[in-house]
Amino acid sequence: MLSLLRTMWIIFLHMFHKRETQEYPDVLPQQPPRWRGRIILSRDPDGEERCVACNLCSVVCPVACIALQATEDGHGRRYPEFFRINFSRCIFCGLCEEACPTYAIQLTPDFEMGEYNRKNLVYEKEDLLISGPGKYPDYNFYRVAGLAIGGKGKGEADCEEPPVNTRSLMP
Amino acid sequence: MIDAYWPILMIVFVLAVVMTIAPGMIWLERRMLALWQDRYGPNRVGPFGLLQVAADAIKMIFKEDWIPPFADKATFILAPCIINATTLLAFAVIPFGPGWHISDLSVGLLFFLAMSSLGVYSVTLAGWASNNKYSLLGGLRAAGQMLAYEVFMGLSLMGVVMMAGSFRISDIVEAQQNVWFCIPQFLGFFLFFTAGVAETHRLPFDLPEAEAELIAGFHAEYSSLKFGMFFIGEYIGITLISALVVLLYFGGWHGPWFHPVVWFLLKVFFFLVIFIWMRASFARPRYDQLIAFGWKLMFPLALLNLMVTGAVVLAMR
Repeated sequence: MLSLLRTMWIIFLHMFHKRETQEYPDVLPQQPPRWRGRIILSRDPDGEERCVACNLCSVVCPVACIALQATEDGHGRRYPEFFRINFSRCIFCGLCEEACPTYAIQLTPDFEMGEYNRKNLVYEKEDLLISGPGKYPDYNFYRVAGLAIGGKGKGEADCEEPPVNTRSLMP
Repeated sequence: MIDAYWPILMIVFVLAVVMTIAPGMIWLERRMLALWQDRYGPNRVGPFGLLQVAADAIKMIFKEDWIPPFADKATFILAPCIINATTLLAFAVIPFGPGWHISDLSVGLLFFLAMSSLGVYSVTLAGWASNNKYSLLGGLRAAGQMLAYEVFMGLSLMGVVMMAGSFRISDIVEAQQNVWFCIPQFLGFFLFFTAGVAETHRLPFDLPEAEAELIAGFHAEYSSLKFGMFFIGEYIGITLISALVVLLYFGGWHGPWFHPVVWFLLKVFFFLVIFIWMRASFARPRYDQLIAFGWKLMFPLALLNLMVTGAVVLAMR
């Protein structure tokens, strides 16, 4: 009987405790920067698309929500002709971000993606592409890769030696 | 002129008060439970979330009113009406102040006991008519619980009746001019309040509903306004028990400064909050514990209270 009264007293004291509620729409939660939310496609520091349309994200995606079509521009740069993420299937596992060799696809802390129409959850490239480099501000795939494209020949990348002429005897 | 219409005015008044308190309890309960569970509770709709009641009502009204094809249709519909009818009828004998009553029956207390006993039909019939194992279990539990607790509820009230010398509720209130009956009749108050909680099947005695075991017990099959009627019936029941506790043990409308009706409503409000407080605090006992508690502890205590009060009243005479 006394324990019941004690219980009631303890519960009464809870009136003066701090509230646990997060008042979400009024007070936005502090999200860690690596939170796996809405997916974006980033650009390199020069403002070009980072995505090289290698299809790794599409392959690794466990729910197969990424679809893209590769194409090539006049400089020999590969880029996606279309890039489509169906967010009604996406499970925000972040595997696409891990698979991406060029840091193009990135997950952001934004999670407010509610829609009244399911079709609106299919994001096209123009919805996904942002204007900046995202989480990796200095990375430029074509600046560190050995691949020759228009305006950058073999051996002109950062930390890259000019190609050695293997048929020459000269050092 | 006003005398002729006074009973009709009182009917409107009592209905208005009860039908305001009952939905208000939905909001109050949710806010108070939240307060004791370190949450905020509904605070979105209107000031302090007060319009949550309206939102709930609209939601409930527009939900599909579904009667299961396997249910006993007539009884299924009748059951939620009974609990509302009996609890509202019992309010006919509740005086809100001196002269503020619909009917001051000379056997008012017996009338209340009769009505609250009839209320069990609602729950039992609901469980039976749903034709569902869990509902039937809930209904059976309700019947067993009511049987166990109704007995000592009546007996615990007899102490008050003996001290006041009347079954008329206004007489009992008048008899508490000097000292509230909760002091000489503390045991009786404790017994009656416990029985009242069981009567309204509120936590810790909510075994007929027992969400964890019986999904929702007797009203598992009910939807829309029929469910709403059980809901409201339960809250009217709580208000009724609170009103009776106030009238029989806490001096009814007696109190300084304010109008008697204000005092009465304030005290009732206090007990409504205690009901919610108990819900926030206690766990649900096992069913056999509940029945054993009723028959083996509370019932003998009620008899003891009856005998001691009787002896004291006789000796004082």
